Amino acid sequence: MAREAFRENMKTLEQDLISAGDMVCKAINRSVTALQESDVEGAKKTIADDQLINKKRWNIEEKCIRLFATQQPVATDLRELITVLNIITDLERMGDHAEGIAKIVLMHEGQPLVKPLINIPNMAEKAIDMLKRSLEAFVKRDDKMARVICNEDDEVDLIYEKIYRSLLSIMIADPKTITRATYLIWAAHNLERIADRVTNICERIVYLVTGKMEEINVSNY
Amino acid sequence: MNTGITDKIFIKEFCLSYGEKQILESISINIPQTMITAIIGPSGCGKSSLLRCMNRLNDLVPKAKVEGQILFNGKNIYAPDVDVVELRRKIGMVFQKPNPFPKTIYDNIAYGLRINGIKEKKRISEIVEVSLKDCGLWNETKDRLHTSAFELSGGQQQRLCIARALAVTPDIILMDEPCSALDPASTFKVEELMVKLKEKYTVIIVTHNMQQAARVSDYTGFLYMGKLVEFGNTDIIFTRPREKLTENYISGHFG
Ligand SMILES: Nc1ncnc2c1ncn2[C@@H]1O[C@H](COP(=O)(O)OP(=O)(O)O)[C@@H](O)[C@H]1O
Ligand SMILES: [Mg+2]
Repeated sequence: MAREAFRENMKTLEQDLISAGDMVCKAINRSVTALQESDVEGAKKTIADDQLINKKRWNIEEKCIRLFATQQPVATDLRELITVLNIITDLERMGDHAEGIAKIVLMHEGQPLVKPLINIPNMAEKAIDMLKRSLEAFVKRDDKMARVICNEDDEVDLIYEKIYRSLLSIMIADPKTITRATYLIWAAHNLERIADRVTNICERIVYLVTGKMEEINVSNY
Repeated sequence: MNTGITDKIFIKEFCLSYGEKQILESISINIPQTMITAIIGPSGCGKSSLLRCMNRLNDLVPKAKVEGQILFNGKNIYAPDVDVVELRRKIGMVFQKPNPFPKTIYDNIAYGLRINGIKEKKRISEIVEVSLKDCGLWNETKDRLHTSAFELSGGQQQRLCIARALAVTPDIILMDEPCSALDPASTFKVEELMVKLKEKYTVIIVTHNMQQAARVSDYTGFLYMGKLVEFGNTDIIFTRPREKLTENYISGHFG
């Protein structure tokens, strides 16, 4: 492999990463829809498909390791490769969070939700939007965009707080809902963690572009 | 070896000694076709000797004795009826120091063609052009083909030597430390060229620069004190070598 071939390899790796991101967005979306509709089959499918995300992660990681070992990347090449490695780790964990939400559907064991979901789907939509744009910022090497997305994590935290309070009052009003209401708090917490991981991705983009490591937005949770 | 890969050269239990001194001990390697194979190892381990055996340059060394076989296109190159001149045309060699002939750029390539019986001027000019283009040297030299090759930079001279080797349509190109006399920029250029060459040729490169082997090669063999310690996929050799000795050498933990 020579430099030209190395660039080609990096391009492929970037495409792999984008398609992994796509898989994760779909998993989040499907898990929340399954929760909203108490769709056990949909939840099981999301859980099973998480294996595909894990596989993709190993595959990308292996490619990175090979390039480290054989191509001795330095400067931007080095930061790019490190960034890919970091982003794929975050993506894989986000996939686990989506799987966690799908498992909550199964934990209901046929019982209805304690309330129809409104804020959880909103939160999911916001998190997915942030994730998609963070990957776009990566492709464009746009650190300004990355910083903007980072700050949007506060919005997600706000929705989380709202969800938490409303579920708390449901539990107080009717202690029989405690178990199921707690499940929904867990679901929301998974989404909150997903948004946090988007901020990790954004911080990596800033590092890639500027060479500086900094924590941009400290999550409230 | 893996399916889907054709082997071009089979080295079978090959031994070489110079007088009393054993240089290579029972080396067996299958060299895959249209790939780059790198032989790495510390100075004096026998890399150059092994390479030179592949086109019988060691014939020139007095008291050289070989055992075992090197099969090329199914035939042992040490068989008594082998035409060594023809063998060296099929298996070309590029050396460590660029060694252009003291002639013009044009004649450096044309010389080998004339020796190989190509006389027609137009044909020779065509081949000169194609070979220089293949080596990415055409644009740099097309206006000065009839000036001395020594006026080229070291990197250009080395690419001219590669062009010279290509002109006689070999199957295999052997390269012995082809970049060790070059600066980093010329080195990268020659590496690009090697990668391009493997579309058509089988390339075997000997180098003590293992980073170079890692960068360009598909397969790597590690030679140590005349023995082949390990041979395999370059990605694997540099990420999880099987032998501790290989690991120590490539990570610089030697001695
Ligand atoms: N013409 C020769 N006559 C005798 N010994 C030689 C000759 N050429 C090389 N050797 C010896 O063979 C061994 C391997 O040399 P070589 O193949 O050049 O190693 P490498 O290329 O790995 O540095 C060394 O010990 C060297 O001294
Ligand atoms: Mg040598």
